[in-house]
Amino acid sequence: MSLLTPDSGLLFWMVIVFGIVFVILAKYGFPVIVRMVDERKEYIDKSLQAARQANEQLVGVKAESEAILAKAREEQARILNEALATRERIVKEARTQAQVEGQKLLDEAKKQIQTEKDSAISDIRRQVAVLSVDIAEKILRKNLDNEKEQMAMIDRLLDEITVSKN
Amino acid sequence: MYMMRSLRYIAAVLACLAVFVQGAMAQEEPSADGKEQPIDVNEVVFGHIGDSYEWHITDIGGKAISIPLPVIVKSSTGWHVFLSSRLEEGEYEGLYVASEGDNKGKIVERNADGQEVRPLDISITKNVTGLFINSAILVALVLGCARWYKKHPVEQEAPKGVVGMLEACILSINDDVIKGCVGKDYRRYAPYLLTVFFFILINNLMGLIPFFPGGANVTGNIAITFVLAVCTFLAVNLFGNKEYWKEILWPDVPWWLKAPFPMMPIIELFGIFTKPFALMIRLFANIMAGHAAILSLISIIFITANLGPLINGSMGVVAVLFGVFMDALELLVAFIQAYVFTMLSAVFIGLSRTEPAHEKK
Repeated sequence: MSLLTPDSGLLFWMVIVFGIVFVILAKYGFPVIVRMVDERKEYIDKSLQAARQANEQLVGVKAESEAILAKAREEQARILNEALATRERIVKEARTQAQVEGQKLLDEAKKQIQTEKDSAISDIRRQVAVLSVDIAEKILRKNLDNEKEQMAMIDRLLDEITVSKN
Repeated sequence: MYMMRSLRYIAAVLACLAVFVQGAMAQEEPSADGKEQPIDVNEVVFGHIGDSYEWHITDIGGKAISIPLPVIVKSSTGWHVFLSSRLEEGEYEGLYVASEGDNKGKIVERNADGQEVRPLDISITKNVTGLFINSAILVALVLGCARWYKKHPVEQEAPKGVVGMLEACILSINDDVIKGCVGKDYRRYAPYLLTVFFFILINNLMGLIPFFPGGANVTGNIAITFVLAVCTFLAVNLFGNKEYWKEILWPDVPWWLKAPFPMMPIIELFGIFTKPFALMIRLFANIMAGHAAILSLISIIFITANLGPLINGSMGVVAVLFGVFMDALELLVAFIQAYVFTMLSAVFIGLSRTEPAHEKK
């Protein structure tokens, strides 16, 4: 049976061809393909993981940003309150100071007015005294323009003095 | 509904074909001058299954159209290199194709005693040419696929089309067959097993194409399967570990099976050779039988040519139907045989690298 006896020529060529094919494919063919597919698998796995991490981080970032916002709002409210308080305090202080200052001014003015008044009164008194002396002089001069009256006057005055001496 | 219509369509095509074949036969009859030679199916089928020095394509008007292939022979008179077309007229440089005897169809020379002897013959025969073409296709496909990856970084895209298909095939063999059967250091054997798979697959598929670049019965030739089986044999036995050899020479069986007469070791040693032998015969027989079956079925048309138009026509339809069926079956067999050869090689390799599974207590 020639079918079952391997032909030497074909054997020879088969060994050579299969050897060459095997060397080429085993070196440059299949390992390259398998390695690249493995790399792609790895890359996909990595990408999936990265995506999941990014998702998680995104959730975290959202929460964080909300926290920051809430904190900022709180801070804002606090600062506003503080500012309000400060304003009130300043206004109050200013008011008290103004009151005190006003009082002082008022007091000073009163004092000055008093002094003015006192000096005015004493002035008036002096002038009244001068005036009254002048008036008295003028009256006396008019009343004592005759001798008789002058004598009556002197008598009365003398009486008065003697009476008082007694 | 659709099924019915397509069935009717197929029936119409077959009827046309039958009429055409009949017509062709009827036309040929006068040219044969009434001396119609019965077709020698045995010759046709075995001529195809065996090897030849030229690539026969077809006969036109009784004249063979074939591609001459180089003959390389070292005879007693030294090296001879010439085209096989020189042998058509008979003897050339003392060499001729034997027409009968043990060396029928091979190039022979006569030695001093006048006996036909075979010189050292490494001609580029039809099978060798087929082997070259198929190997070139295989290398081009796989290297093209590998080249694609060099041009396209991993981060950018995954392959489509032919590269994608090839990648899917490679991965399915690599992951499902090799990884599963060989075991933990499968990476070492993956290139060999993948090469074997695709080598057999491409050769099987090319063998199913009926015209020139294909059609050579490469994997249906025992020399080819012999080399493949030897490769698997070497891969199994050269790298077998201690456990593997212990299982062969001193297996875990009752002592009286091992000594004084070592029955089990002899059976196991025999098994080393029967495993690759089975691989060789399985692939060879399957592919050869497939080629023979298809050719025989198609030959029915020509055998029944002079039995009258009715029988010839109906047999033609039957032969075409069976031929289509066989071709579809052979497509399946082409894949299955490549798969089985690879899987069994992987299993044998895996067995040669087993870890001691059951420790002695």
